[in-house]
Amino acid sequence: MEGVRGRTMETIKEKKKQTPSTTGLKISGAEAIIHCLLAEGVDLIYGYPGGAIMPVYDELYKFQDKLTHILTRHEQGATHAAQGYARVSGRVGVAIATSGPGATNLVTGLADAQIDSTPMVCITGQVGSHLLGSDAFQETDIVGISTPVTKWNYQITKASEIPTILAKAFYIARSGRPGPVLIDITKDAQFDTFEFSYEKCTGVRSYNPVPKPDISKIEAAAELINCAKKPFIVYGQGVILGQAEKELKTLVEKAGIPAAWTILGLSAMDTDHPLNVGMVGMHGNYGPNVLTNECDLLIAIGMRFDDRVTGSLDTYAKQAKVIHFEIDPAEVNKNVKADVTVLGNAKETLQLLLPKIKENSHEAWHNEFKKKYEIEFNEVIKEELNPTKDGLTMAEVIKEINIASNNSAIIVTDVGQHQMVACRYAKFNQTKSNVTSGGLGTMGFALPAAIGAKMGAMDREVVAIIGDGGYQMTIQELGVIFQHNLAVKIVVLNNDHLGMVRQWQELFFESRYASTVMVNPDFVKIAEGYHIEAKRVSERKDLKTTVQEMMASKKPYFLEVKVEKEDNVFPMIPTGASVSDIRLK
Amino acid sequence: MEKKWFTISIYSENNVGLLNRISGIFLKRHINIESLNVSKSEIQDVSKFTVVVFMEEELARKVVGQIEKQIEVIKAYYHEDDDTIYQESVLFKIASNLLFDERQIQNIIKDCNATIVTVSREFFVLAKTGRKHEIDDMYQQLLPFGIMQFVRSGRIAVTKSEMPISSILAAFKK
Repeated sequence: MEGVRGRTMETIKEKKKQTPSTTGLKISGAEAIIHCLLAEGVDLIYGYPGGAIMPVYDELYKFQDKLTHILTRHEQGATHAAQGYARVSGRVGVAIATSGPGATNLVTGLADAQIDSTPMVCITGQVGSHLLGSDAFQETDIVGISTPVTKWNYQITKASEIPTILAKAFYIARSGRPGPVLIDITKDAQFDTFEFSYEKCTGVRSYNPVPKPDISKIEAAAELINCAKKPFIVYGQGVILGQAEKELKTLVEKAGIPAAWTILGLSAMDTDHPLNVGMVGMHGNYGPNVLTNECDLLIAIGMRFDDRVTGSLDTYAKQAKVIHFEIDPAEVNKNVKADVTVLGNAKETLQLLLPKIKENSHEAWHNEFKKKYEIEFNEVIKEELNPTKDGLTMAEVIKEINIASNNSAIIVTDVGQHQMVACRYAKFNQTKSNVTSGGLGTMGFALPAAIGAKMGAMDREVVAIIGDGGYQMTIQELGVIFQHNLAVKIVVLNNDHLGMVRQWQELFFESRYASTVMVNPDFVKIAEGYHIEAKRVSERKDLKTTVQEMMASKKPYFLEVKVEKEDNVFPMIPTGASVSDIRLK
Repeated sequence: MEKKWFTISIYSENNVGLLNRISGIFLKRHINIESLNVSKSEIQDVSKFTVVVFMEEELARKVVGQIEKQIEVIKAYYHEDDDTIYQESVLFKIASNLLFDERQIQNIIKDCNATIVTVSREFFVLAKTGRKHEIDDMYQQLLPFGIMQFVRSGRIAVTKSEMPISSILAAFKK
């Protein structure tokens, strides 16, 4: 059997070499899908089988030596795993599912990937084309449903369309501002045979992925930067996606400009860099938020002025000139009006900018950030990292993980208080190391995303930090970690509450804790049920050693830390308030 | 900012599902589409959507940006009424006896430059092409006599300025 399989592949490859335009060899649509994936360099996909995608699974069985399929325990898990894989590797993540419920279960992951610009291709099976529109068993209009949450989607009803459409899908997913693409393939198109040949897509005439940089805009930006007295950089994921980390660092150092990250920009620059001054946004750092409204020049690089970053737009950086480096023209002047817009890939535009930038240090201005940090340190950070009270804080757990991992782990977070704490206190010395659901705020993201992150960077430590609420949304994915013996370190920061919602209830709804108190199971026993080594820490004296033990382990490890039940995350910009009105308590 | 009438012209590939994608952008922002027309354009294999909306210019700009971002949209523009030459078409179905009993109807047909498309024993059909207010005016004049059926097309418009789609497509070929 192996030999036959090997031969089939050889034949196709050889024939392709001989006559690239046509192989003369007929194969099924399902087999063609596998060849397309292989041609795109895919060696790992996540998914869940079912009726309408069975021909493809049959081919996956035959090609399992070349293409690994990971059976997640829910299709949502497949999308988040593909996202985690894409975020750490920079490659396109692939998820596959059947029609109907299989397809609808992908929607959350698609929406997450769309808003967080993650390259992902999802392939769904569909009922036979003769049944389309007849309310057949497991028929659902997934193309209609997924339209608002995909960069592009398409339904294939003929086998012969498969190569060109899949080539286009990968091209669209990874180019320009990346995003998710869904390709729905009817069952008859999977069965039908046709002469296969594959050509990579190099362009789509109606789609301009990367605008050409306008030199006059770059000159205008350079002039503003060179004249600014209090320039401030806010960088987002565009730096990571555009592989512009080095250029960002050079700009920051050459011009001496303090820089702050958005949640998705985190890890684009070492957190310990002296000019990296913290996080902007709702639970960001005090200085970066307050000084946004004191800078004279705001330089936004690869970020989109999300409402969680800006707070009230009416009072956001009104005193400052704004330069926006951005790849997506639709993001320009959408939320914040820019004085100078530099369209293009961040790496390319920053490279053009750098020679025009004068060296500077802006010491006095940088000291303002230091002063603000001192205030925040004394009011918030000191007690968070080195608590004087008995209860464990989330921040001290993160601190121990930083120490035990030498700041070099990939940190995957879910959504809520633990996420904000991790993004405030986790330290990074490598890019693509912070994997979190930023734009959509998808609880349940972290555990499956950590699976993908580990598989995308097998040589690195992956630590999933999750709350007790979000953990239970995708807890079944422990099955994947157990089955593949994936050395993911899972840390549940358990406060027996849906902590962030509880915090809002305390602050804005007079402590009416509607449905935010969690009645939790024995998480350690559950992990042990999956044969994963598991520990629970409830006292400070055990924290350091247990975190060290976890990080030293070469196997999957589950750690539950019982943290203070009613701690709040501060600083905080209440919804609709100004960044200047950030509260320290 | 003051709300105005805008004609949005969208040049796109002729693909199934694109209408859904474009209408979703209006839906998300709760924008009511006043009229919509989809047709061929001056370029082979390129479709043209003509959408009429009433909104602030700032919003029109953002919406057009989000439309243009869609993979299969080649280019989108928005124009104010003064920058376009536009028309709508309308059909009126009216009982035939009125044509003889009500002399005024014949005057309306003449004054409005309407044409009689067909006349049968039971009904006759009037067609008129013109601007929205001209059609509204004709409608108001005919209303007292009784209109059996009325239908108005979406606006179609050409712009005074150039919409250089061919050069965009030519640039891609290079």
